[in-house]
Amino acid sequence: MLNSNPGIVKGRFWREGEAFIWLSSIGVGMILLIIGTLLFVIVKNGFVAFWPHSLALVETNSGEYYLGEIKQTTLHPHTGEERIQLKVGNRELYSLDFKWIQSKTISRITYPKEAVAIERTEYGNFYGFIQGYQSPLTGAEPVQGPNVLERIEPSFTEEVQVLARLNEEIKSVAVEMESLRRKILKAQYEGENHAAIEAEQRVLREHFDLLLEAQGKQHTVLSQYQVLLRDAEGTTKTLPLSHVVRQYQPNQMGLFAKLSHYLAHLWELFFDEPRESNTEGGLFPAIIGTVMLVLTMSLFSFPMGVVAAVYMKEYASPGFLLQTIRIAVNNLAGIPSIVWGIFGLSFFIYTIGSGIDQIFYPEQLPTPTFGTGGILWASLTLALLTVPVVIVATEEALGGVPSDVRHGSLALGATKFQTLMKVTLPMASPRIITGFILAMSRAAGEVAPLMITGVVKLAPALPIDGTFPFIHLERKFMHLGFHIYDVGFQSPNVEAAKPMVFVTTLLLLSIVILLSSTSIILRNKIRKRYQAKAF
Amino acid sequence: MNPTDFESVISVKELDFFYGQSQALFDINMEVPKHQVTAFIGPSGCGKSTFLRCFNRMNDLVGDVSITGSLILDDYIDINHKDQDPIQLRRRIGMIFQKSNPFPKSIYENVVYGLRIAGQGKKSVLNEVVETSLKKAALWDEVKDRLHTSAMGLSGGQMQRLCIARAIAVNPEILLMDEPCSALDPKSTARIEELILDLRGDYTIIIVTHNMQQASRVSDYTAFFFEGKLIEFGETGQIFTKPSLKQTEDYITGRFG
Repeated sequence: MLNSNPGIVKGRFWREGEAFIWLSSIGVGMILLIIGTLLFVIVKNGFVAFWPHSLALVETNSGEYYLGEIKQTTLHPHTGEERIQLKVGNRELYSLDFKWIQSKTISRITYPKEAVAIERTEYGNFYGFIQGYQSPLTGAEPVQGPNVLERIEPSFTEEVQVLARLNEEIKSVAVEMESLRRKILKAQYEGENHAAIEAEQRVLREHFDLLLEAQGKQHTVLSQYQVLLRDAEGTTKTLPLSHVVRQYQPNQMGLFAKLSHYLAHLWELFFDEPRESNTEGGLFPAIIGTVMLVLTMSLFSFPMGVVAAVYMKEYASPGFLLQTIRIAVNNLAGIPSIVWGIFGLSFFIYTIGSGIDQIFYPEQLPTPTFGTGGILWASLTLALLTVPVVIVATEEALGGVPSDVRHGSLALGATKFQTLMKVTLPMASPRIITGFILAMSRAAGEVAPLMITGVVKLAPALPIDGTFPFIHLERKFMHLGFHIYDVGFQSPNVEAAKPMVFVTTLLLLSIVILLSSTSIILRNKIRKRYQAKAF
Repeated sequence: MNPTDFESVISVKELDFFYGQSQALFDINMEVPKHQVTAFIGPSGCGKSTFLRCFNRMNDLVGDVSITGSLILDDYIDINHKDQDPIQLRRRIGMIFQKSNPFPKSIYENVVYGLRIAGQGKKSVLNEVVETSLKKAALWDEVKDRLHTSAMGLSGGQMQRLCIARAIAVNPEILLMDEPCSALDPKSTARIEELILDLRGDYTIIIVTHNMQQASRVSDYTAFFFEGKLIEFGETGQIFTKPSLKQTEDYITGRFG
């Protein structure tokens, strides 16, 4: 007899849903693949950006010489011939940083030991050879030699420090003058006598002019320190030493030297100002701006969301109205972020900000104080954007607290409020924090609404600094997300800015991961404390 | 059918109870004997739990309910009066639930919870209450060395005894127990029953139970409910040996229910 064994069943594959298990696992696989690829590209490009690359001296059949970093070797899309992309730098000489050279025209590639890469304050990198130095110490003519730099460096550093001190003083006097100007404006507005302040201002102005003059002189002194350079073709050029950010000879660097170069770059990235329309230098202001934005946003969004959710879940009587509100809140999360930006601009900046200006800073008008984009308004806009996430998460979290425990508290004579504060909210807190994490990640990555509520390409001052009242929420700020857009798509030299885009992306991702993993650790700690056994 | 040869602590008069439109309790009249154990028995859905929850106004939490008639505590406190503060009431009438529901806090904090929310913060008072309550709840010896560890690490029976300790920590006069042993194994059940017998005399205890043997073991008086009505109320011995009504006898002997 066929099929006599009842244990053998045909068609298990479909009946057990085997096919659907496969299908869903393919879904997970796809997501992992996409995330993995994205992370790989970002991490790979982000991490190698600062590694010193060897400088290749390319000699062509026609006798031309090029010195630079070999970026890639590809096939020409039309002719199919192999070609290399060389980063030749020296933008002021060649006008383009990059050069494509066909492989078949190359006669020789060498890596000369004395080739030097110079990072400058303008025109990008210089790749070439050092011919000599010129300084007041060594006379009018450039001097060659291995230890010339060591000889002139101490006095040069001294002069640089003199300039730095001058700049510092100028900055503080400028701040003082600005506050005096405001005082005068205020006095004028209120019709008070301000002759005394004006006298004070005149004294300060004289001091300021003297400082400026000294600064100019110091610049002249510094410009006497020059480095004489030669490029691969033999063109010579002098460069003021003060324009040199960093110089290194990658072809003779060992692993250790390269590593320390890399770390120095990382340090610069974290703690320095950007240079060259943001494509070089550090990201310090953008990091500060991003972190401060997210934290200020949390300060508004989290309490607002939790309080709203507590009311909706615990106090409001269920019915049509509550259901409508709930649907509305859920839909808020779906509004395009740029619309929130426009709302922020018209409501926060033009309505509230202008109102504040008229009441508290009337003497400044028409220059706006709060009536223009700033980190406060951007944070508030982001808070609105993320508050639905917090509300939904908090409501779910409160709903997840077993009613037995609430009743236990109430039966002991606790009021509803006491129960909420002592039992329900603490028990719900791990899941509420999950909502915070989601909201925070969302806010950190958001760029569109910021572009019209206060983010700028280059902020003159940080929103947090040493001058009273230390936190300046009305100031404009820089942001890593906007930085990616700006450097990657708005800079004049996109190709040269590419490493910076990857680095910025990597950094933004790291900050988001750092912020959320901090919250996750916190959540797990709390969860362990309130672990409910067998509920 | 109402025995009156005891001191009454709560007298229930003409109590009707409605969930929305449907009536759950019909014209209940009874006296709750002071410092005795009273068991409410009856088949599922007979309204005994609903009735129990009337004593400390826990039905307020359900929403669409209405109640008429009166429950008078100590001859002058109308439990069901709309101006009666349920918070004050619940401090005098504690409750133990079917499922043990300790808070996710330490054992110590669980016991002093009721005192803390009542504003008692004195360390010496709290320490003393923890010890006496846990001793009364027969849990002290098992947990005295780990008072500050989480209550979530206790066994099911210990958790339920902790809930009893937590309830008696606020020094109530009456303890309502809503099937306190239904989720426990026989050994833990026996311990709770012992505890109930120990507590009798100091507290008035009302216990809802499905377990007939339990009712006969722990209670002094038994009330039998059926379909929202109080069918018979009397001394436990009398109810279980010679009930005056056929319906009660049928239920107790297991012919239905």
